[in-house]
Amino acid sequence: MTALPKTTDRKLGLVIDLDTCVGCHACVISCKGWNTENYGAPLSDQDPYGADPVGTFLNRVHSYEITPESGPAQLVHFPKSCLHCEDAPCVTVCPTGASYKRQDDGIVLVNETSCIGCGLCAWACPYGAREMDAVAGVMKKCTLCVDRIYNKNLPEQDRQPACVRTCPSNARHFGDLGDPDSDVSRLVAERGGMDLMPEQGTRPVNKYLPPRPKQDTAPAGEVDILAPFLEPVADSPQGFLGWLDRALEKL
Amino acid sequence: MHPAPSVIVFTTLSGLGFGLLVFLGIGQPAVTGWGAFWFFLIAYALAVGGLAASTFHLGHPERALLAFTQWRTSWLSREGWAAVAALVVMGVYAFAAVFFGTRIMVLGWIGAGLSLATVGTTAMIYTQLKSVPRWNQVLTPLHLVSLSLAGGALMAGQITETAVLMILALMLQLGHWQVGDKRFAEAGHTIASATGLGRPGRIRAFEPPHTGSNYLLKEMVHVVGRKHSLKLRAIALGLGYVVPITLILLPGAGHLLGGLAVLSHVAGILASRWLFFAEAEHVVGLYYGARG
Repeated sequence: MTALPKTTDRKLGLVIDLDTCVGCHACVISCKGWNTENYGAPLSDQDPYGADPVGTFLNRVHSYEITPESGPAQLVHFPKSCLHCEDAPCVTVCPTGASYKRQDDGIVLVNETSCIGCGLCAWACPYGAREMDAVAGVMKKCTLCVDRIYNKNLPEQDRQPACVRTCPSNARHFGDLGDPDSDVSRLVAERGGMDLMPEQGTRPVNKYLPPRPKQDTAPAGEVDILAPFLEPVADSPQGFLGWLDRALEKL
Repeated sequence: MHPAPSVIVFTTLSGLGFGLLVFLGIGQPAVTGWGAFWFFLIAYALAVGGLAASTFHLGHPERALLAFTQWRTSWLSREGWAAVAALVVMGVYAFAAVFFGTRIMVLGWIGAGLSLATVGTTAMIYTQLKSVPRWNQVLTPLHLVSLSLAGGALMAGQITETAVLMILALMLQLGHWQVGDKRFAEAGHTIASATGLGRPGRIRAFEPPHTGSNYLLKEMVHVVGRKHSLKLRAIALGLGYVVPITLILLPGAGHLLGGLAVLSHVAGILASRWLFFAEAEHVVGLYYGARG
């Protein structure tokens, strides 16, 4: 049913740390791999080795350059996938009931056997989280690896989304954002986790942790024990270089 | 948004077809027999042609019947119901008018209402999208419904109604452009709100997530050709509204001038509809550096 549940028992989602993401795209690849080999229609590519390669991805990493008024410029890598919104506009527009949000854990899914591939849900999503697969003709989106997180056949440490499991810099965290005491909720509270495009009124479950300002990395008053070793050895040049320096000064 | 030629042609024609059905339903003109046959043939060809063509772009047209299930929440589902109801009711009305020479007034009025509702639900599919601020405004359904009624009156040969509705549609068209041009900025969508990276200072899209294109860019981030929008607006206004009004108000205007008025109107509305899609910016473009 495309009516949204009033509340969900849990709010499973991701917390993405823009401070630690290094932009390696490992999450993109592991996502593509898992979701091609497992649940649902595979994520196809068109002309993958040709001049105009195009393909379906459920997770993509943008990069942005920030130039603050003061302090050094920053490069921020920005992974973006479905935010599993509480007020998901993609669900209510669906004419067939293929799109739905689960009552028990809040995951937004597509029933691929009843999707007619009209593409309206992709239009309704402000974040570009849904992509129509050109081969399967159905809408693809992040499932929060629903076939991993509840999968008793996998070792317990693997029961989290493929993107989270693979991230080498621990920039992605998975958990219940509806529980204020969960690790992810505490992380959001401590680091000032934010919503993307809050003015759209979608109430995303996924949160983003803002990058820390670079000048704050060294606390004030801390002594750098290596600094003395990096002092210039010779303040004024001696010998031939000293003569050259003095001679040039006089010119 | 990507201005797909099929969508532009068929929304224009089916809008015209349902507009004509509204006027046939209320008995303007009150035709029966062969006269009714030709009028209904044209109206059904336009309306059904548009609907049938809209199923071609589906990934799985064989599952199209499922689209009737979600009328409680989905405007697209409601459009399906309204269209089928309008075509069935008007079909019975047309059958009686053509073969028995009787106009069942009640059916006609119900059919006219359903035809109008069909255009309204189509308009709401676009209007509901907060992700496309230009469409997400009160004037979008008013613009599309008034246009359908004005075109329908023109096709039905109703001079006075055409003149009044055409001027109304013209004003709503101008209003839709005027308000639409400001909607994106008014809604407050910027690259800073999209990424949440606004506070530190200036922000710029440094690198897209991929070397090639993707579904999102092809479908929703249309940039080519917007530079001609002012010229196309002038063409849409001239051919779509001003020329048809002038032609039908000429004294002694017959079928020839009427036909020319319809052709000019359709050409102008095609330009207007192209702009409706091409000028509509989807907020996802912000992630790709559109609008800075």
